[in-house]
Amino acid sequence: MSAKEKQVAVEKKTDSGQPAELTRDLPVFAPDVDIYEKDDAIMVLCDMPGVDDKHIDITLENDVLTLTGYQDTAEPEDITLLHRGYDHGIFQRSFTLSTEVDRAKIAARINQGVLQITLPKAEEAKPRKITVSAGA
Amino acid sequence: MYPETAAWSWEPFDEFRRLQRDMNRLFHGAGASQEPFPALNIYGNEEKALVTAELPGVDPKQLGINVNGNRLSIEGERKLDAVSDGVVCHRCERGQGRFARTVMLPFNVDADKVSASYRNGILTITLPREESAKPRKIQITQG
Repeated sequence: MSAKEKQVAVEKKTDSGQPAELTRDLPVFAPDVDIYEKDDAIMVLCDMPGVDDKHIDITLENDVLTLTGYQDTAEPEDITLLHRGYDHGIFQRSFTLSTEVDRAKIAARINQGVLQITLPKAEEAKPRKITVSAGA
Repeated sequence: MYPETAAWSWEPFDEFRRLQRDMNRLFHGAGASQEPFPALNIYGNEEKALVTAELPGVDPKQLGINVNGNRLSIEGERKLDAVSDGVVCHRCERGQGRFARTVMLPFNVDADKVSASYRNGILTITLPREESAKPRKIQITQG
């Protein structure tokens, strides 16, 4: 099985391992992420179930991209919990970007709990084809 | 007074399973996760059961929910967006493929009245109790 065909499984929600703790009293999880590199952009896909577009922070500072998603932690009312298979909390992960990213053109959208970030490469960082001229 | 939940669904083997799960959580990190996909939270009261599942990026049309008595089955497929050729994958952590899971609820549910919604990657299933499975108050007559 290649790395691209990873089977669905319940990923144990692991601590995000962030050096700085958040001020909110909620568990912080490291969400599952796919990162693809295209010629003109880097794509980041991140699973954040229960997070809507109003509860996401994306920051890029000193080439460190930080994604933070706040899950809706409200439990249903007037009903008793019988089994807990997953916890609610905050998703957070940081990445250091190796390529020059055009900061002004970063785009992000969330759909069905999947955050998709497009980080376009700056002109000078895009691959260039060098034409080789034959010697005389 | 005993906790309400225990009165509904106490099964000796469930207790073992719960213990096993707690132990696995304690020794977390060793081996694969124990909970089958998808992870579920299950709630219940006198009227209904509520089941929620984290299913980010799953097309709701690819989900099948079946109810039979007190058994709830969820099956489906998670397909990731196909990435065009020549794209380098630096990190591939998100899984894909088919999944199926069946859980036993502590009471029979009315299959005709089951409803489900999918929002922000969370599937919520509401399962009203079957009329005969609703708790009844017993009047005590004076002898």
